[in-house]
Amino acid sequence: MNFFPFFIHRREKLRKSITADNLFKLFTGGIALLGVIGLAVLILKELILGSMLSIEAFGLGFLYQSVWDPVFNDFGALPFIYGTLISSLLAIVIGVPLSLGIAVYLAEIASSKVRAIITPIIELLAAIPSIIIGLWGIFVFAPFMREHIAPPLQNYLGFLPFFKGPAFGLSFLTAGVVLAFMIIPIVSSVSREAILAVPNLQREAALALGATRWEAITIAVLPYARAAIFGAVILGLGRAIGETMAVTMVIGNTPQIVASLLAPGHTMAAVIANEFTEATGDLYLSALIEVGLILFAIAMLVNALARAIVWKFLRVKGGEA
Amino acid sequence: MKNEIVLFAVAVMLVLAGCAGAPQKEQPAPTKATTAAAPVAAAEKITLNGAGASFPYPLISRWSFEYNKIKPSVQMNYQSIGSGGGIRQITEKTVIWAGSDAPLSDEQYSKLPGILHIPETIGAVVVAYNVPNVGKGLKLSGEVLADIFLGKITKWNDQKIAAFNPGVSLPDKDIIVAHRSDGSGTTFVFTDYLSAVSDEWRTKVGRGTSVNWPVGLGGKGNEGLAGLVKQIPYSIGYVELAYATETRIPYAFIKNREGNFVEPTLASTATAAAGAVPMLPKGYESWSKVSIVNAPGKDAYPIASFTYLLVYRDQADEVKGRALVEFLWWVIHDGQKYSADLLYVPLPSEVVKLNEETIKLINYQGKSFVG
Repeated sequence: MNFFPFFIHRREKLRKSITADNLFKLFTGGIALLGVIGLAVLILKELILGSMLSIEAFGLGFLYQSVWDPVFNDFGALPFIYGTLISSLLAIVIGVPLSLGIAVYLAEIASSKVRAIITPIIELLAAIPSIIIGLWGIFVFAPFMREHIAPPLQNYLGFLPFFKGPAFGLSFLTAGVVLAFMIIPIVSSVSREAILAVPNLQREAALALGATRWEAITIAVLPYARAAIFGAVILGLGRAIGETMAVTMVIGNTPQIVASLLAPGHTMAAVIANEFTEATGDLYLSALIEVGLILFAIAMLVNALARAIVWKFLRVKGGEA
Repeated sequence: MKNEIVLFAVAVMLVLAGCAGAPQKEQPAPTKATTAAAPVAAAEKITLNGAGASFPYPLISRWSFEYNKIKPSVQMNYQSIGSGGGIRQITEKTVIWAGSDAPLSDEQYSKLPGILHIPETIGAVVVAYNVPNVGKGLKLSGEVLADIFLGKITKWNDQKIAAFNPGVSLPDKDIIVAHRSDGSGTTFVFTDYLSAVSDEWRTKVGRGTSVNWPVGLGGKGNEGLAGLVKQIPYSIGYVELAYATETRIPYAFIKNREGNFVEPTLASTATAAAGAVPMLPKGYESWSKVSIVNAPGKDAYPIASFTYLLVYRDQADEVKGRALVEFLWWVIHDGQKYSADLLYVPLPSEVVKLNEETIKLINYQGKSFVG
């Protein structure tokens, strides 16, 4: 509102100030403010209002109780929080090294012909709807997991708590692998761009000092691009935390907290998608909305944390590069 | 600079014109379709919005289609968003009819004064399993099922299962329990049945569209659960009758109240519904206690349930109210002939009579639409 008096009192400057540039600035600024911040605030407000009933009934206990009983109206979200974190973490652990390998190969090693063929294929992977990946997960990958991946894990690594118990094919690990596939396109594309943006001087300097290709990449290229690569990983993590359809189809939808990665679990996004439509009781609905609120908060927290880490990286080590 | 401003202004106008233009484009479409009588017909066309349970959706959409052929001026629009969503929408009166697989609870019923229950069809839930070399027709009782889903019976060759099935070679394998992960009317019927036959189930788990399952894996939707059972050897789960018939998944014969093992079919489910009729309340009363699981009758299949249409007794709009009543009347009479095709159970005549009384109660300012 402040710009109106400004316009009226300075008619002289008026003509100059209503340039397309300024209008554009105002327009985009308004959209950024209203659109992004306004939307986030509105979502937060709705989530908080919607979950008041559940917050009043369970308080903080909602965060650490692990019973989810719609019949007797007793709700705790811990197994879902656990499932979301574990499956996303697995996705990162499996997906990021693969993505980095793809990115380094495409940016540093592949010939331009190979690059021209593989790059669009990988980017195309990002366009596959998650329900299709979920169907592939349940009909192809889950049986493969049960028959070919789980038995050797149980046989050779069964002494670890992570690979104990029976394997149904639907598990944290299956969800983690499926999620890893889903984040690979985005993480590898962004990382590849970051690596391509590293100045050639870096590589040449390393090679001139007698470094092998491997050394040049690990010493000169990757550290230079690390902030952007880290950003790519966070983008991937964001996708993994929020992913719903593909996960619910392969994770087994059993709210439990167990160390075994071969056991079925459940996630926050999945329980909302599963139970929202038939949630008839007020408290039940409110509890589901509170799960949404926690999901929102965790997504924000992860992003903020990532930002903080990136800043710290840049401040402490950025000077050296 | 000036050029830029002009360009910007033109762009804005184009966008605005595009927005304003869109609805205008849609309007001429009906004229093409309905030719001569178009202007009048378009004005009188009535759309009745409904929403709710997905279980009866295939049947309801068939009804809407067939009814539209008889009465082109009425368009029945049903969104299958789930029973919970349907009940919320009719509470807020954004729809004038809703579908629900479970009857309203006492709490919900007290919040919706003047709501009527109209059972429109009957569904059966079958117990499907995947045991290599065992075909359909494994015999199970309610107590055994409850014990399996409670995690108390864990092996296929358990004495309690074997006792009903002499001659069937049951393997010494762990039973893998599968259930629906999404809230669903199918789960309501199944847990309603287990609650009726097992005290332990009723007090520990109870009945609902979602429950706190003691054991097992969750699959989303009938197709998800059927997929789990088909893929995982030695698993057991439950799906709608129509779904089991279509996918040819082996299913169990269930011991009913009279001690017979009954195959789930349209006929045996209809028998169950007919047997439960004397216990049914009036359409305007609370139906929260209604359940036709474990119904009496020699040939009655015990895992069955009504699914309901919910409408208000007092209609706020005379034209829409009349159209709704005519549709409902058609549904419980002529509409029933489409049920069997889609593997839903047609209503027994006793229930049709009960519904007639209920529909007669629907009125506009005290005036019934029927008779």
